[in-house]
Amino acid sequence: MKKIKNSSIWAGFVALALALLGFMTPALASYDVNIPPPATPISTQIYGLHMYILWICVVIFFIVFGAMFYSIFKFRKSKGAQPDVNFHESTLIEIIWTTIPFVILLAIAIPATKTVLDMKDASNPDMTIKVTGYQWGWRYDYAAEDVGFYSNLATPWSQIGQPGETAPETKNPDYLLEVDNPLVVPVGKRVRLLVTSNDVIHGWYVPQLGVNQYGIPGFIKDVWFRADKAGTYKGQCSQICGKLHGYMPITVIVKSDADYATWLVEAKTKWGSKPAVAVAQPAEEDTSKKLGLAELKADGEKVYAANCVACHQANGKGMPPAFPPLAGSKVVLGAASQQIDVMLNGRAGTAMQSFAKLSNSELAAVITYTKNSFGNSTGVLVQAADVKAARK
Amino acid sequence: MSNAATHAGTHDHDHSHDHHDHGGWTRYFTTTNHKDIGTMYLWFAFIMFFVGGSMALLLRAELFSPGLQIVQPEIFNSLTTVHALVMIFGAVMPAFVGFANWLIPMQVGAADMAFPRMNNWSFWIMIPASILLMASFFVPGGAAASGWTLYPPLVTQGGIGTDMTILAIHLLGASSIMGSINIITTILNLRAPGMTLMKMPLFCWTWLITAYLLIATMPVLAGAITMLLTDRHFGTSFFNAAGGGDPTMFMHIFWFFGHPEVYILILPAFGIVSQIIPAFARKPLFGYASMVYATAAIAILSFIVWGHHMFTVGMPAAGQLFFMYATMLIAVPTGVKIFNWISTMWRGSMTFETPMLFCIGFLCMFTLGGFSGLVLSIAAVDITLHNTYYVVAHFHYVLFPGAIWGLTAGVYFWLPKFTGKMYNETLGKWHFWISAIAFNITFFPQHFLGLAGMPRRIPDYALQFTEWNQISTVGAFLLGASQLIFLYNVVTTIRSGEKAKDKQWEAADSLEWTHLPSPAPYHTFETAPVIK
Repeated sequence: MKKIKNSSIWAGFVALALALLGFMTPALASYDVNIPPPATPISTQIYGLHMYILWICVVIFFIVFGAMFYSIFKFRKSKGAQPDVNFHESTLIEIIWTTIPFVILLAIAIPATKTVLDMKDASNPDMTIKVTGYQWGWRYDYAAEDVGFYSNLATPWSQIGQPGETAPETKNPDYLLEVDNPLVVPVGKRVRLLVTSNDVIHGWYVPQLGVNQYGIPGFIKDVWFRADKAGTYKGQCSQICGKLHGYMPITVIVKSDADYATWLVEAKTKWGSKPAVAVAQPAEEDTSKKLGLAELKADGEKVYAANCVACHQANGKGMPPAFPPLAGSKVVLGAASQQIDVMLNGRAGTAMQSFAKLSNSELAAVITYTKNSFGNSTGVLVQAADVKAARK
Repeated sequence: MSNAATHAGTHDHDHSHDHHDHGGWTRYFTTTNHKDIGTMYLWFAFIMFFVGGSMALLLRAELFSPGLQIVQPEIFNSLTTVHALVMIFGAVMPAFVGFANWLIPMQVGAADMAFPRMNNWSFWIMIPASILLMASFFVPGGAAASGWTLYPPLVTQGGIGTDMTILAIHLLGASSIMGSINIITTILNLRAPGMTLMKMPLFCWTWLITAYLLIATMPVLAGAITMLLTDRHFGTSFFNAAGGGDPTMFMHIFWFFGHPEVYILILPAFGIVSQIIPAFARKPLFGYASMVYATAAIAILSFIVWGHHMFTVGMPAAGQLFFMYATMLIAVPTGVKIFNWISTMWRGSMTFETPMLFCIGFLCMFTLGGFSGLVLSIAAVDITLHNTYYVVAHFHYVLFPGAIWGLTAGVYFWLPKFTGKMYNETLGKWHFWISAIAFNITFFPQHFLGLAGMPRRIPDYALQFTEWNQISTVGAFLLGASQLIFLYNVVTTIRSGEKAKDKQWEAADSLEWTHLPSPAPYHTFETAPVIK
């Protein structure tokens, strides 16, 4: 018996030492332990509710663990404790410890109910934005304005790297949380989001705004927030949505009314007069120019690296069968019109989405690039005008 | 068919004078003995536990630092999916059925399970199922990568691996249903004279209730995944809005199964703990009747809380409030159970052998998991924590120290009865302390990650999450290593353990300890004992 006890004490010590070692490994870093600072009335309520429940749990923790460890130290056989075998039934005690938790729950339920009701009340919005998730990015359409744009991950793949190789570039401080075109909203306004999806379920999740809403294909769900402080708020897709689920961040910039108005003017020149559906391009795009193979390929390679490489891979071999190879592909080697059609409309039932959001010259370049790379040598050139003609 | 029947027939004639020699290598294929089948279930679960654990370590290794280092994102997604399925359907559920097979007939004083041949079938059906599940990694397109919840439309994008997963779940579900029918029938019909329901050991009670949960929910899961299959291949549109369906409906059906499933994974562990704590406190279980009622209350409530997995689908305020209140209520019977266990220790005379250590670890960690459950039950707070690492921490706090430590405690407690040999107490204590510390290093920081907003099921993360992830990964490998001590201890006990006493634990009071020698003979209670 004695031997067993000694060994157990030693086991405890060694395990504790290992634990401390574990905690010491990374020196000097960010050890966030709580919900980030709230920025809306709802997320402020959520933050408060969480702290309130946490403290209730802490109190219960000390009572429960106190009773347990008191028993463990007091009522041990090695200290000569005799079992009180008759102490095993008490209706009164059972009733007490059924009732008290119930009362505690009521004390939690009342403020929680208020928050839920506030949160679900999306009425009287100052503005409405449609949010569409797709594999793998977001699109924002401002309901009352002529503005709609895509918002994609801005972190380059050269920072992310590949299994087995070190990423060639060092990671930005905003690694995986940076987007090309953030959502911009005015401060202090009730913003109503109509959230949906183009393909699979996504989750539009920005903790500081107190919003986490699934976008469900074929359905529109509404949710709202009112940011009371100007600033930048970050989030990510919260629902697994395929290969690049971890790579579709959200950035919301909350601006003062004046700054927002300035932004809106710029946004309209950049994205205005675009139909809500993902087509068309800046009016001034010149599609009449004919480019040579070298130019098209050079442009195309950039477009490929930004849009295609994650699935079809840098060597064009893809990852079959979900992501088929482009090297030797029938479509790529076949008629240009067929490939343009796939690029503009996607392929139903596969991960290949529509890339109609790209400009005509970008599409022309990338198609030409695939037709003349990875061992494909069709010599076929596709010009921006061809793509333009194929768009309805 | 007739062959099997004849064989089983001769076998029946044999068994009064021949206890162990059952036709050499075919013995385990044809056995109908509850102890043989229990042993096979337990080994199967043990192997799957290591398979699932290795997948978890791959995930943790990838998450050691930001960027992609070890696996491609789609492999990562497959690993998260299959890790969950293996642990739930391959490790925890079969392990509980293994204990049920070994213990329930002995504890109620029956000679065997009610349907011995179905018992054999319900074990062997799991083998093709697990082969299907594991082989799906090697088919074109890889294993299912949609998370174990298999939400459409994502799941419809998967390759043939997804179909193999669906068929595997079908088979495992069928196995569970057969096991449950067997357990319910055994408990309700084969109890020894005088063994009234309210005299049964709590392990039998929790399993009886669990078996009803399984029978009620497994067909629901089967329905849901069959609809997935027809949506994928036969042009139906149950979950496709373009054809009039609704992806949200899948979530409702899935979680109507999924939430009771959570209790299927924990209630038998409650039973195991309820038998071990009194044995080491040398005092009867406190509030036996209220423990039974609390178990039943948890089971009934489990059918009306599924919506708390879906607070972010955009359900109306009334829906959120209903599911929030119902979920909060679960804290009441669960609290009753915790308080009863502590009161069992109160004024006892405790010793702390390995099974008791694991039970105390269970109590401490499960309580913490209960707290995070309470936090998550609040619909508004859940909005900010849904699908983050906070949820991952929460369910690992209830399932690892809950289900796994409950099982571990059970293995140490009953190994002397199963094998007639005593395990190594020193190694057992090392196993406990290292797991306990490593578990907390692994999963406690995940609460912080979740609160800070790190989504789950991502292979790569923003830089501010690095530190806690590294700590978590270090803990995970230590936790994995500590399970090797467990494996070593079990194997050496079986091969060369010291002889165990018939009543190894002086205060254990169920029939397998009071009426039977160690190891328990191949056939027990051929004549039913009479219980006073």
